[in-house]
Amino acid sequence: MTAVDTAPAAPPPVEEGIWTRLRRRKLALLGLLLIAATLLGAIFAPYLTQFDPDEQLFEGLSITGAPMAPGGMFPLGTDLLGRDLLTRILYGARTSLIIGLLANGVALLIGTFVGVTAGYFGGILGGILMRLTDLMMAFPALLLAICLAAIFQPSLWIVVMVIATVNWVQTARVLYAETASLSQREFIAAERTLGAGHMRILFRHILPHLVPTIIVWGTLGISTTVLLEATLSYLGVGVQPPTPSWGNIIFENQTYFQAAPWLVFFPGLAIVTLALAFNLVGDAFREVLDPTQRGRT
Amino acid sequence: MTTQEILSPAAQVAGEAPVVLSVRDLDISVRQQGGVKPLVIGLTFDLRRGETLAIAGESGSGKSLTSLAIMGLLPPPAVHVAAGSIIFGDVDLTKLAETKLQAIRGSRIAMIFQEPMTALNPVMRIGDQLVEALRAHEPLSRQAARTRALEALRAVRLTEPERRLSQYPHELSGGMRQRVVIAMAIALRPDILIADEPTTALDVTVQREVLDLLRDLSRDMGTALILITHDMGVVAEMADRVLVMQSGVMVETAAVGQLFSAPKQAYTQALLAAVPRMGQGREASVKPLWRPLVSIRDMVVTYDLKGGILGRTQSRVHAVEGVTFDIHPGETFALVGESGCGKSTIARALTGLVPHQGIVEFDGETLGSTPAARFAASRQMQMIFQDPMAALNGRMRVGDLVMEPLVIHGIGDVASRRARAEALFDRVGLTRDALDRYPHEFSGGQRQRICIARALALNPKLILADESVSALDVSVQASVLDLLAELKAEMDMSYLFISHDMAIVENIADRVAVMFLGQIVETGSSAQVFGNPQHSYTRRLIDAVPHPDPSRVLPVRAVHASDPPSPVRRVGDPPKRLALRSVGSGHLVASEA
Repeated sequence: MTAVDTAPAAPPPVEEGIWTRLRRRKLALLGLLLIAATLLGAIFAPYLTQFDPDEQLFEGLSITGAPMAPGGMFPLGTDLLGRDLLTRILYGARTSLIIGLLANGVALLIGTFVGVTAGYFGGILGGILMRLTDLMMAFPALLLAICLAAIFQPSLWIVVMVIATVNWVQTARVLYAETASLSQREFIAAERTLGAGHMRILFRHILPHLVPTIIVWGTLGISTTVLLEATLSYLGVGVQPPTPSWGNIIFENQTYFQAAPWLVFFPGLAIVTLALAFNLVGDAFREVLDPTQRGRT
Repeated sequence: MTTQEILSPAAQVAGEAPVVLSVRDLDISVRQQGGVKPLVIGLTFDLRRGETLAIAGESGSGKSLTSLAIMGLLPPPAVHVAAGSIIFGDVDLTKLAETKLQAIRGSRIAMIFQEPMTALNPVMRIGDQLVEALRAHEPLSRQAARTRALEALRAVRLTEPERRLSQYPHELSGGMRQRVVIAMAIALRPDILIADEPTTALDVTVQREVLDLLRDLSRDMGTALILITHDMGVVAEMADRVLVMQSGVMVETAAVGQLFSAPKQAYTQALLAAVPRMGQGREASVKPLWRPLVSIRDMVVTYDLKGGILGRTQSRVHAVEGVTFDIHPGETFALVGESGCGKSTIARALTGLVPHQGIVEFDGETLGSTPAARFAASRQMQMIFQDPMAALNGRMRVGDLVMEPLVIHGIGDVASRRARAEALFDRVGLTRDALDRYPHEFSGGQRQRICIARALALNPKLILADESVSALDVSVQASVLDLLAELKAEMDMSYLFISHDMAIVENIADRVAVMFLGQIVETGSSAQVFGNPQHSYTRRLIDAVPHPDPSRVLPVRAVHASDPPSPVRRVGDPPKRLALRSVGSGHLVASEA
């Protein structure tokens, strides 16, 4: 019996780097490609288009003053003021990427910190942190954002800060529940009996288990933050016109959806594509980082 | 099956009875990436009316899959019946449509699962669940169904059946819940009852009651019983005929008497040899030195239950109530008792996982409760948990897990830690290349060896083994116990061995303490406690252990399940402390009311 018990479980798996395993996933590669394309488009916008994003082109409007449909000189058409839509989307990617990555990243950090601290330590500290989270949840996020944006002079960085203060709540809630249940697991008790301190348990044993959740919330958060920025811009407390962002392009033009659908369709497509790309990459990372998924495709 | 079998009287009766279920060349396979993998191959058996057939085997033998196949409950879509037939009456269950199966399932063939809590709907009253099950199959009025439900609860010998009807599952104890599940299964008087590890999750005294009940029910109602179990003791007590399975293949089938007295196949022989057996206890291998390694005086662990608007403490769980014992160097001291008796809490209190009152001395020094004192103590005391998969962080390589205690205590450098981990892996019987793998790539026994290696990394003086072999298959269990015994001699350690399994405790412990409701009711050497049990609870525990010996005559009893005593007490009403009196040379027994 001892022989059976101690025999190797399986032929030793071939060690593969994270990159190798990631590369095998076609969809993840597609996601990476889309993100890279957006990044490059944002950085090299001035070289990719001959127009200025704020320039109201004479050729951009028809005789009757209507925006031009996609085609010819304007591949994606023009907006109501005769500005080239492609140019505005390219420049808008700068704003939307900064918001999507930075605001979302800061929100994720705050949420993780609050959720994990409250879940792991519990007690009075946990109680206070979670009541604060509940308070934030009950408070209309948009109202808070508007208040904050009204107090400070509107700018891109204020918008980032405002979105971060509003958006950490869900992450904190979810991670709190997960950390609280992880803390009760036996391997954490086993670590304690070995003499492990709080920091070691938190960073070596709890956080790695939370990575999938953090990735999922992080990628989901990108699309919600981009849209939240759009809402703020629409209400006049976000990114100030004429600076383009994907969100405010949609909101500027949504009333003309019937007459000029491309004005809503293309920036919408950009948001959806970016969110999807991050989701694909996030999903692949989640699987690649999970040792129980190794060897599967 | 050959006809030349020597049949036991019960099996002879069954031999004349008509066949109710006939399984022929059953193959069960799972679709995987890269092909179809067979899980059960060519299984053939007959089940006769009134007969009890035990399907015995270790984990992965395919015994549970067989029962699910009969019920038509194989997890779709991957696992499926690949070939063969399951003839029930005159229909082949493998070819029956789902809607027809539903009519049979529950009414003609019923099933009892291992874990009664998950088999019951937690938000539905017991009575409603029973009524629903009855009315799903028979056109009964609510009132008639309720009467039938009450009858069923009486049949499974529950006290106060009327009150049980309006209770929720969480209000009942584990044994009572399993009785409710059985009541639900028998309420429609099925032809076949399949019990998949029906008592594995239950305490030994409750297991005894449930087994007695199942035996009586199948005899009185003529129901054929398929009992799926890993426990050869349960097999010996219950079965008329036994079918031993290993890795999806039937190894041997025989009448129960014949299988235990003259097993033909090597696997059956090994399986039976590995089963720990109860005897008369064994003499302590170590003579107590003048100074114990661990000395626990009057340990108390309570949990406050807060309630009401103000969140005041309203009642208190007295998990451990004034426990006193010593562990001597080189000794294996066992705490034995049923779930909720506080035995695991003592280990958790010792390692600082739960706060406690009372004095603990370790190696002559009082153990403080400051973090620094706990940190120092963690070098001397290591714990091995019940479920090795749960006790290992699944996202870390096992090598890192074994080196973890060295890192925490700042011992050695990367190379020397690695060398130590390799040496430990050699010692516990694992290969060195296994260090770079993850916990999920190992079997249960191997994982427990990893946990043992980790516990040994700091050269502790005391190992706390909390149900450390309970989750393992019996053959693996034996080899892990052997390893623990060897290590103890080699490394000069003591063990605090915590278990509910009387047979294992008897086989490895030098001294034993029997616990009940947070207190020790009897303690002494293994020979004293098992050879000459004085307390009625100790005797009840010992009597309840199923023996792997079919010729043993069982006492006839009909026990009614009632509410078990609770360790939850109102504030200001502590439980009565039991006074231990000596009955000779270290054998202490609590006085009984």
